[in-house]
Amino acid sequence: MTYQFEFSSLLPYWREFLDGVWLTLQLSAISTVLGFTGGALCAIARADGPPWLKRVVGAYVEVIRNTPLLVQVFLVYFGIAVLGIRVDANLAAVLALVVNVVAYTCEIMRAGIESVHKAQVEAAECLGLNRRQTYWHVILRPAIERVYPALVSQYVLLMLASSITSQISAEELTAVANRIQSDTFRSFETYIVVGLLYLALSFVVRWAFWGFGMLVFTRRRKLGTAL
Amino acid sequence: MPSFGLGHLWFLLIAAGWTIALSAIAFLGGGVLGFFIALARISESRLLRGLSGAYVQLVQGTPLLILLFLIYFGLAIIGLDQLPALIAAGAGLTIYSSGFLAEIWRGCLQSVPKTQWEAAECLAMTRWQRLTRVILPQAMRIATAPTVGFLVQIVKNTSLASVVGFVELSQAGKLINNSTFQPFAVFLTVAALYFLICYPLSAWSRGLERRLNVGRR
Amino acid sequence: MSAVVKLTDVHKSFGPLKVLNGVSFEVGRGEVVAMIGQSGSGKSTALRCINALEKIEQGSIEVCGHAIHGEKLDKRALRLDVGIVFQSYNLFPHLTAEQNIMLAPTCVKGIGRREARELARDCLNRVGLADKAGHYPEQLSGGQQQRVAIARSLAMQPKVMLFDEVTSALDPQLTGEVLRVMEDLARGGMTMILVTHEMGFARKVATHVIYMRQGKVWEVLPGHRLNDPDTPELREFIGSDL
Repeated sequence: MTYQFEFSSLLPYWREFLDGVWLTLQLSAISTVLGFTGGALCAIARADGPPWLKRVVGAYVEVIRNTPLLVQVFLVYFGIAVLGIRVDANLAAVLALVVNVVAYTCEIMRAGIESVHKAQVEAAECLGLNRRQTYWHVILRPAIERVYPALVSQYVLLMLASSITSQISAEELTAVANRIQSDTFRSFETYIVVGLLYLALSFVVRWAFWGFGMLVFTRRRKLGTAL
Repeated sequence: MPSFGLGHLWFLLIAAGWTIALSAIAFLGGGVLGFFIALARISESRLLRGLSGAYVQLVQGTPLLILLFLIYFGLAIIGLDQLPALIAAGAGLTIYSSGFLAEIWRGCLQSVPKTQWEAAECLAMTRWQRLTRVILPQAMRIATAPTVGFLVQIVKNTSLASVVGFVELSQAGKLINNSTFQPFAVFLTVAALYFLICYPLSAWSRGLERRLNVGRR
Repeated sequence: MSAVVKLTDVHKSFGPLKVLNGVSFEVGRGEVVAMIGQSGSGKSTALRCINALEKIEQGSIEVCGHAIHGEKLDKRALRLDVGIVFQSYNLFPHLTAEQNIMLAPTCVKGIGRREARELARDCLNRVGLADKAGHYPEQLSGGQQQRVAIARSLAMQPKVMLFDEVTSALDPQLTGEVLRVMEDLARGGMTMILVTHEMGFARKVATHVIYMRQGKVWEVLPGHRLNDPDTPELREFIGSDL
């Protein structure tokens, strides 16, 4: 084998790599926040909504979980275009990612909500808490705490999966890589660098979630239970 | 401009066949590789545990898309760029699924109570006998549901094989859309075909899980 | 003066199973009423009906002026007047003892956090757990958890307190510390209805003991006369316990 690795020709592109990292982080952060909010609401609707709403949310979750993100991204991007609306690729990317991650969050949160014992709800009712207060203080908070590790894994996967939006040329890290490798003809090296950047990102994101969890879930912090 | 018709649908159906074929390759290859990595993860050797752990971290911490690019260009570097796209796609998806299956199966192996290992040890069984006669049969029961569930992930992720030039269902859809520009008709059909493949697997996995929970009660 | 709690001919079934079959009794202000009987005799169900946790099919229940059986029952208002303590404590696992107690006063009554904290300290003091304010439920023994649950109920300053087999999950030593707290409450003039298996406690503290059997009030007698019942069934029940 005579291949000569040559990373130095990538050096001039360091700014572009960083821009890609930054946009990947932004895409993931926005999708995570919106996805979590939407997913939690869907989970509540599915646990406690009127029958028709339960069915609608259930069908939505099944459809999303049983079709590829890539196809969802294509549908959103090309679909919006054919409707005659001009949308920035980054916005279409966020939209598709949110639609996707809401379904996964809903499924995880549902498991968390189901794990909260009925007696807890009864106790809250007997203390005079209304439905909203009961939901927030007695159901959602412990449910989130319980499924937090599963949520974190899901959101790390989301960050990695955001690479798929490069296929509609959202300007995130993978799209940047695609451009740089066609400029430099150093494809293998480019993707090694980008692979390592993603690896680093996944550690950073995990670590950030861990820190956030320690901050928010005081019980876990105090009792030293692993998150 | 041609409109989305029966000929296109036929093209999509054939592509769906390739999606299934690629999924099967990824599952079989990833299963064999993942099994040994799972064993390495619970091995008594620190070195094996460390190496297999790093492998899992690496696979789970990089996007599949990047993995596929690396394999595609890596094969080209060692002069294998004439290989069919199926090989590159199959190799990438095999590595991907091995990393995830190994972790799923490690969890199942470790969920068998430690006392089972001890009990088997006290019957003078070798480590291999303990594993194959006592632990594996129990772990496999727990592992079926999540494994079938992961099959769905594999099927969905074969959609990324298009980046190494493999024409499976998603790529076929994209090609048709390029010529017809009827994204709703095309991609909704594509999505429906994926759903037809994935949903039975999801339902099966849920059924297995439910049965397991009932059996444990 | 009218009764604080009044049940009149209450009927309740779970499917084909008739659990309450025409139950009537009254509890006056400051009284402590102990309900005893075999499991399945309907005593816990009667208690849950009083707090509108179960719907009744026939008859009427009045609690502090609230008609439980009525269509227009304001459950929130009812629960401001009635406190309940469960066998399984049902503390909120993600909140400390103090936060468990503060939750309802801040949420429901809109009391400020500082005031609620003082209230919580006060209630913890009354159940002898002033030093456990910052502890989470899983760090407390069963008896301590149950005392926190009592304090949580007390903090809402209810007019009536219901106790549903609150010591059944505890070993004898821990049972003692919970019963002492309840005895203090009784002596302080709290109106209490308790479902219990602790005959000694019923004898010592209860104004009245209600013996439930086959979904009916079989016999009512003053606590101190528990050793000398009128019906052979209660005599046998007590005999089996002693």
